[in-house]
Parts: sequence; C-alpha cells; structure tokens
Amino acid sequence: MNLAKLQEKLLAAARLDRPSEAVPYAFEQRIMARLARVAQESADLWTVWSRLLWRAAAPCLGLTVVLVGLAALSGALQGTPLTLGEGLETTVYAVLTEPAD
Amino acid sequence: MERNDEELVAAVRRGDTASFEALVRKYQPRIFATARRYARRESEVEDIVQEVFIKAYQKLDTFRGEAPFEHWLMRLAVRTCYDFLRVHQRNREHAFSELSEPEQDWLERFVQDPDQAPEDAAAARALVQRLLDMLSPKARLVITLLEIEERPVKEIAALTGWSVSLVKVRAFRARAEMRKCLQKLKREQYL
Repeated sequence: MNLAKLQEKLLAAARLDRPSEAVPYAFEQRIMARLARVAQESADLWTVWSRLLWRAAAPCLGLTVVLVGLAALSGALQGTPLTLGEGLETTVYAVLTEPAD
Repeated sequence: MERNDEELVAAVRRGDTASFEALVRKYQPRIFATARRYARRESEVEDIVQEVFIKAYQKLDTFRGEAPFEHWLMRLAVRTCYDFLRVHQRNREHAFSELSEPEQDWLERFVQDPDQAPEDAAAARALVQRLLDMLSPKARLVITLLEIEERPVKEIAALTGWSVSLVKVRAFRARAEMRKCLQKLKREQYL
C-alpha cells in the first residue's frame, strides 16, 4: 500500500475543496452590537470601581473623625507643640533625642 | 467616495466606531473562508470570526500601518484559528473509527488502482477532514497553510509568528504525523 500516494491524493482533494466565503445575513451588525456591548461592559467596570471608592470615602472620613475625637479625649494631643515648625522639629529629632532620655 | 483601509482605521482610532463596520463588511468573507478551514460547525465558525473582529478592534492601536491592514487582520485570524484548534482538540483518537460506506468504497477503489480514485469526490473530502481532525493543532495549521493553501514558507512565518526555520521543522514533523495517522488507517484494516 502506497501511503505516500494516498497522502498526496487526500491533500489534492483538500486543495480542490475551497471553503465558502458566504457570510450570514447582517453579520456585521452582530459584530457592531457585540463591540458596543464590550465597550459598555468596560465602561461599567469603571463606574462600579468609582462608586465603590465614593462609598468607601464616607466611612474613612467618619473613622478619622472618631479617632481624632478619641485621641483628644484621652489626652494624647496634650503637650503637643503649638506651631507646625516646632512639631516638625520634634518629629524629626525624635529618634536622636530618644537615647539621651 | 469610498474610503481606503488607512482612512477607515484612522477614523476608528479617532473614536468613529461606525467606520469599523465598513472594515468588517469588506473582510468578513475572507475571514469566514479562513475559519471554515479549521472549524466544521457553522456556529463555531461564526464565533471565530466574531472573535477575530473584536480582537482587531481592541488591538487596533498596535496596527502600525507598515504592512496592509489585510495582512495584519489575516495574522490575527490565523492565530485565532490556531487558538481554537488548541482549545478544541476533540475526536483526535476516534477520527477513523466507523468510516462511512462511500469513504470505504473510495479507499477500496484507491487500493485497486490509486489513479482511479477521484480527488474531487465527497468521500475523499470527508476522509481528508477526518485526517486533519487527527492532527495536533500545530501540524494541522502548518499542513493547511503549506500543503492545502500552498502558501510560501515566508508568508506562513509572517502569519503564524514562527521563524522560517521553525515553520520548516514543523512542516516536516506534520508530514510525519500525517503518515502515522494513515498507518493507523491501515492497521484498522481499511487499507
């Protein structure tokens, strides 16, 4: 049995069998509709993400206010320098001054 | 006046999505013909074509215009078909089980006199389809492009993204794989 010949014969059959270029009716409209959906989905992702961020902002702000309030009540803020410059200086030199204490 | 591909691509990039429809309308017959080489069911063919155009739209920014748009789109189509083959590696083992009567008749005719078995017979087309279904995705792609579509090796390299030497190596292996499949046909006593 000549397998090489059979292979050649079958490949020749495949060469003769040209696939059709037929396109289903209004296929381009289906593509355009799908593209619009894809664009909509990606836009939706941004909308969801920004909505989540806005929702997270209010609890974060509330938590900050509560912590500041608690710190003020417990006296943690007492004894802090009055000016911003003094505060910065104290913070920067804190590491250096600590061992001496 | 009809706009050329470059003008249409530029318009789509500027945000005119409707211009993409003209590109789809122009190239969909070719993409359908390409997809039908690799998928049998019409629903699968439609899915492949749809994926090609969605990818083309999403990757349009990577089209630099050095080669014609058609070449760029065909590269995308061939790679999408290759991905399809890799995902749908079905029936590779059972392709030769239960040959139809016309297919068996055609093979018998070939055994008696190879020149008498007609190449344009539906049975021969069905047999070659079975044979292609048995090949690995790489082998099927290279056999289709090189042996069936008779494209030059350089063009296949450009379409697949493989180097010229890799295409040659894969073509050699694909022919060997094909012969192995035919030997299986012989073992199953159809020949």
